[in-house]
Amino acid sequence: MRDSGPHFSLLGPLLVAPALAMVLALFVYPLGYSLVTAFEAKGGGFTLGNFAKAFEFYSVDIGFTLVIIGLSTLLIALASIAIGGYLVLGENPRAVALLRWLYRWPLFIPFVVAAQCMRSFLAKNGLMNNTFVALGILEIDQTTGLLDWRGIVITFVWKQTPFVALLVAGAMASLDRSTIEAARNLGASRLRILVEIVVPQVMPTLVVGLILSFVTMMSVLSVPLMISGESPTMMTVDMAFRINNYGDYGTANALGFISYLLTAACAWIYLKRAVRQP
Amino acid sequence: MIWLGRGIALGLLAFIVLGPLANLALWAAAEQWYFPHKLPLTYGTKFWAQVFKPRGDALVSLMTSIWIALATVGACLALAIPAGYALARLKLPWRSAILLAFLMPQAFPSLAVYINVARIFYEFRLNGTMLGVILVHTVHGLVFAVWITAAAFAAVDRELELAARNLGGSALRTFLTVSLPLAAPGIMASAIFVFLESLDEFTGTFFVGVPDVITLPLLMFTASIAGNYQIAAITALVLLVPSVVFMLFIERFLKADVLSKIGA
Repeated sequence: MRDSGPHFSLLGPLLVAPALAMVLALFVYPLGYSLVTAFEAKGGGFTLGNFAKAFEFYSVDIGFTLVIIGLSTLLIALASIAIGGYLVLGENPRAVALLRWLYRWPLFIPFVVAAQCMRSFLAKNGLMNNTFVALGILEIDQTTGLLDWRGIVITFVWKQTPFVALLVAGAMASLDRSTIEAARNLGASRLRILVEIVVPQVMPTLVVGLILSFVTMMSVLSVPLMISGESPTMMTVDMAFRINNYGDYGTANALGFISYLLTAACAWIYLKRAVRQP
Repeated sequence: MIWLGRGIALGLLAFIVLGPLANLALWAAAEQWYFPHKLPLTYGTKFWAQVFKPRGDALVSLMTSIWIALATVGACLALAIPAGYALARLKLPWRSAILLAFLMPQAFPSLAVYINVARIFYEFRLNGTMLGVILVHTVHGLVFAVWITAAAFAAVDRELELAARNLGGSALRTFLTVSLPLAAPGIMASAIFVFLESLDEFTGTFFVGVPDVITLPLLMFTASIAGNYQIAAITALVLLVPSVVFMLFIERFLKADVLSKIGA
């Protein structure tokens, strides 16, 4: 029915229009609004003052955000490759089945709930430290809470790894097994097969998953608020603070603009890679 | 020795994955728990009764959340079923650009957009209203709705549609009696995705819904910041159940033939 003639050629665009209008009105328009406001002075007119203020107050937080999200992305990548790799190359069927059942738990858990779980688990007297003490790994006076930047990284990795691992494991499962078997027969170790044969082939899927994770982590407000609201903190907390306490849309939008730029830079690195590949 | 290493690695992973959830469950069941006790001193349902007391905050928030999520699903499907069908079956200029447009709300850091949505909504008196929150959730959920619905229509066997047309069925009748029922499982999957996204959404509601629309995630957040760990844990568990159930059954809803056509 794709060729239903010139009579129906308007039907397609007509059916898509309402949904598209919704995205334009409630996403593209506010996005444009935010870009304009970032460069607008209080009384109107062009200014870079908002950015000067954003850097003066929040340059530490911008760096902090990048370090937290960069480290989280790296750890998510490593964990996803390890999980996907074991699911594809693991030789013990029971261990593979157990891992498949285990790793997905946090997949659809909301960030607020993940943050609440970690807020109790990682605290100085949370279940993690209590378990270590009970097992004799730590003494009770040696325990420290992890509710600072480390807690944010742990929460992000815990929450986002299942998503990326699900994509990566799917891509690995659909690979041609013959090269893997051939390498096996030539005596290559499983680690070498993973690093040299499997990972290069699933790289596009891995990177797409990581970029989506990166963007998600850039806009999460609840996790930094609940795990560690103290300075230095993440840019999302600063934006909410400028709005709620000062109604300062200029600085908040300048920070928002910086967060778009960081995301765009990350996507650009990916696109450059993708173009270079055959 | 290999099995020992494997056992330790899996045990450690189980601790990392399930430990935080176990801690939440303990808090939800605890009545008294303070330092230096490793486990709660007394267990009970006192706080459950407090959370679920008739006309209590939590019950009101739960109903608010469910109404918003249902309305969001309705709005998303009303927009996505025509759009998904057109993307799968009809002639469309710039088809891939249109598909990408629906991804945009997920491809930009959305917090900065939400603060401006809130500012625009303020002029239309949509701040602090259910409608405002539903609109925000709908835009956010559209990518799942449109992409999965389009994939579901694309996976319908074209021969069956042609057969219905050849037997004299009109285009609309063919759509209603053949394409739509066959795509229904995929559409159902997209509805569940949208429902969960809306139920769990925090940031958009935080800026657009306050102070009048308090969804369950916002209530949980407030309880947690105030240090009411039992209340926070119980509301978190309520939010957790649908997510975990869906995680366990996702493959029943999303079959491989639909999955492989998402975004294509």
